[in-house]
Amino acid sequence: MPSRTGSHSPAGIGKSLPERGLLLLMVLVFLEGSVLPLGAASSPDTSHQTNLGDHQGTHTGPNSTKKPFPVLAVEYDRVQIPFEISLWVLLASLMKLGFHLIPRLSSIVPESCLLIVVGLLVGGLIKLAGEEVPPVLDSRLFFLCLLPPIILDAGYFLPIRPFMENLGTILMFAVVGTLWNAFFIGGVLYGVAQIQPANPSDLHQLELLPCLLFGSIISAVDPVAVLAVFEEIHINELLHILVFGESLLNDAVTVVLYHLFEEYAGVGTVTLLDGVLGVISFFVVALGGVLVGAIYGILAAFTSRFTSHTRVIEPLFVFVYSYMAYLSAEIFHLSGIMALIACGAVMRPYVEANISHKSHTTIKYFLKMWSSVSETLIFIFLGVATVDGPHAWNWTFVTVTVILCLVARVIGVVGLTYVINKFRIVKLTTKDQFIIAYGGLRGAIAFSLGFLLNQDHFPMRKMFLTAIITVIFFTVFVQGMTIKPLVELLAVKKKQEAKRSINEEIHTQFLDHLLTGIEDICGHYGHHHWKDKLNRFNKKYVKKCLIAGERSKEPQLIAFYHKMEMKQAIELVESGGGVKLPSAMPSTVSMQNIQPKKPPPAKPVERVLPQLPKGREEEIRKILRSNLQRTRQRLRSYNRHTLVADPYEDGFSDLLIKNQRMVELEKKVSDALLVSTKEDILSFSDPQAYSMKPVSDSVPTIQVDLASPQSPDSVNLLDEFRHAGQQQPEVEDQGLMMKPPSGPSGPNKPREADEARDQQKLMRCLSDPGPSADEDEDEPFLP
Amino acid sequence: MGAKQTRSAQKYQDLTDKTGFSPEQIKNLHKRFQHLSDNEETISRENLEKIPALANNPIRKQIIDAFFDKRNQHQNEVGAFQEIGFEQFLMVMSHFRPPTLKTTEEEREAMRKEKLRFLFNMHDTDNDGTITLEEYRKVVEELLSKSGAIGLEAAKAIADAAMLEVASTNVPHMAPDDFYEGITFEHFEQILKGLEMESRMHIRFLDVDTMTMRCGKSKS
Repeated sequence: MPSRTGSHSPAGIGKSLPERGLLLLMVLVFLEGSVLPLGAASSPDTSHQTNLGDHQGTHTGPNSTKKPFPVLAVEYDRVQIPFEISLWVLLASLMKLGFHLIPRLSSIVPESCLLIVVGLLVGGLIKLAGEEVPPVLDSRLFFLCLLPPIILDAGYFLPIRPFMENLGTILMFAVVGTLWNAFFIGGVLYGVAQIQPANPSDLHQLELLPCLLFGSIISAVDPVAVLAVFEEIHINELLHILVFGESLLNDAVTVVLYHLFEEYAGVGTVTLLDGVLGVISFFVVALGGVLVGAIYGILAAFTSRFTSHTRVIEPLFVFVYSYMAYLSAEIFHLSGIMALIACGAVMRPYVEANISHKSHTTIKYFLKMWSSVSETLIFIFLGVATVDGPHAWNWTFVTVTVILCLVARVIGVVGLTYVINKFRIVKLTTKDQFIIAYGGLRGAIAFSLGFLLNQDHFPMRKMFLTAIITVIFFTVFVQGMTIKPLVELLAVKKKQEAKRSINEEIHTQFLDHLLTGIEDICGHYGHHHWKDKLNRFNKKYVKKCLIAGERSKEPQLIAFYHKMEMKQAIELVESGGGVKLPSAMPSTVSMQNIQPKKPPPAKPVERVLPQLPKGREEEIRKILRSNLQRTRQRLRSYNRHTLVADPYEDGFSDLLIKNQRMVELEKKVSDALLVSTKEDILSFSDPQAYSMKPVSDSVPTIQVDLASPQSPDSVNLLDEFRHAGQQQPEVEDQGLMMKPPSGPSGPNKPREADEARDQQKLMRCLSDPGPSADEDEDEPFLP
Repeated sequence: MGAKQTRSAQKYQDLTDKTGFSPEQIKNLHKRFQHLSDNEETISRENLEKIPALANNPIRKQIIDAFFDKRNQHQNEVGAFQEIGFEQFLMVMSHFRPPTLKTTEEEREAMRKEKLRFLFNMHDTDNDGTITLEEYRKVVEELLSKSGAIGLEAAKAIADAAMLEVASTNVPHMAPDDFYEGITFEHFEQILKGLEMESRMHIRFLDVDTMTMRCGKSKS
């Protein structure tokens, strides 16, 4: 396989030899193994089943001679189909791995191009090996298995706010733009085909309707290709959602046009009545698809309300309901893509409020995994199908098609933007228009639709397929590769990488209400007014039905805050219990910096440690014990079918309340503590080994087993219980004054503390409020 | 000057220059103003409070106060009006104009600053130039005021966390004894940089008569 090794060896510069060798070996073995069975798929000959134990099935008859018992037999047919599918998936995944081992390549060439090349190579290899290339881009396989995961992933994680704000623009591009493209390309192609009476060519056979059909197939912007390319260029949210939204919503138009022209291509004419019916059909297809999706979405949301006891199958509901929505829409020839998008978008807010955090992560990862594999497979199959053919190359047709696609797109975008800008408040600039036009990539959907065409009705099918493939290659390779440098060149605004902060969230909400209010004062019912009405309706009725328990009344701001806290807490725990807070910027600001100062006390500083009232101590002990118990629960035995109660989720709201109480207690305790944001209280639940010294009779000694090894550093940072003499215990709402610790522990601790402080601040767990003065202060409280 | 003297083109021209609205938009807003004020020359807080749609708005009081806030008139005065005339009304409304295609970068920056200033004034009720923790807490409380008891408990925590974030972003290295007085305007600008206020804080001002109160998207 000279070509294969050739493509790998120069790229291994800088990599170690064994790594390179391993990769090569892997690829070689894999390809050897894959080419043969893949080829054998189409050919029924079983000559490969020779190697070992060559006793074939001895079913020749009941009175055949007795053969010795086959120790080892090979029977490939039984596992053929799943085996091949797995092989293809494995190939796709290994390719994905491989690309990232070659650093420079993946930054120049978008992944989609590389995958198509791989597909070409594999197809070429199969052909070379003399086997028939399997018809991999079979339309049923494509539309029923490969496409839904990608669309569901897109729909579930669709950013609703920018989508809704720009819905008008997106619809204009999707509907009017696609219609314009289809008719322009189809019409001009027909015109071109009819000219040149001098040299009669195949083109003259081309009639109008097949041309229009071809136009409608080729004009649709493809969501898979757009996603694949745009993901890597990180442009700003507006442009991304415009192009991507357009690629999703033009499915309805494509479906209607396709079916319309396909129906009547056999007959040969389309009357006005058919046209009108087509328009009606468009609305039915689009709205019907959305309706089907929304119904399934609500069903899924409603089901998720009751899953609190069977958390394990929660993700399954999301996937199955969405897939059912897609299939149901396909039954009626409604737009499956729109159904899937509607289902994902509708169910998401409610499902996320109901399911556990683990299920949420599962859904996210499964969707990303499936869509990633699907995308990879689609591009590889495109390459393989290209090698397969059937091809009928016609220079005129193909070149005119490519040129027309570009021209039609540019004219369409410019014209539509001119109209749209009259209605938009934030107008689209020329740069935006260029990116939108340039981002109109075609992909595998066009190919599959072409593949579906009936050869009898469309004698020019092969030519169409060739042209479609050429256009796809052109857009993916040329436009895909050059869009990134162009974005840099034109200095198009990029996506902001900053994480959403609580301040932004507060002000987004504030702005929403403010703008609604101003609109009301102005007296016209605009965009904000209706959004507000919808929100209120949602809060009042819908949330109550679809969200379980208390969370139905949770306002969005609080939900956001909880999510943020949860994320920070998990980050904290994952980073080993406090060595580093990855999300926080190195900052030494803590709660007491923002609490208003208290006037200095009149009394001189005393060295006596105050004692907390007995009631408080009791409370603290109770909190400790319950937290520790929960930790214990986690360490118990694990049943495959149940998820152990996770302190991070089911008890989270309790934890938060305790959190609050802890914070208040902390203020009452007058020792100097290093304080930070509340997330650190959860480090309490982390299984760490610590023992509480019996400082007084009232505080028990509790031992907890280590579930995970703790580095001594991290543990040290968690201590710092300052037993310095303090001022009076302070009243609620007053901050704490940090005083340098005095006493024997003084010298060592502050230095440690300073280092610790430079990195982050962790909340000192308020385990022991009142150590007596003679306690061994060198021992950290939480070792 | 009062707004009712003469509806001459000169008058409108004046206002156009000052606020940036087009004459049609000003005419529409004037009609609305007169509707709100029952054909008087000025409106008071009660006039605005009577608007039914505002009743459900959690920050209704702040919005109404913003209209009567002298700081929003850009004349370096402080305090509050009891009643405002059409010009002041228009001045406040001008904060919500969107940028156009012809707006240059500097104008965008200026617009953003102006809008952020408006927001800042809404939060900084005692006009000391900073948003203190108490004021910020009040803001969050008002936002969550329609959410019952859950809202009030969480409001404090959220405001504290938000304040902490502002402090951490702007003054990362504070000694433990330092006290962060409050959010100054610069810090406020810094934390809301990502929101691109000039593209978000605007409403659609209609150029065509809307007294029939239709939900309309009209042509400009």
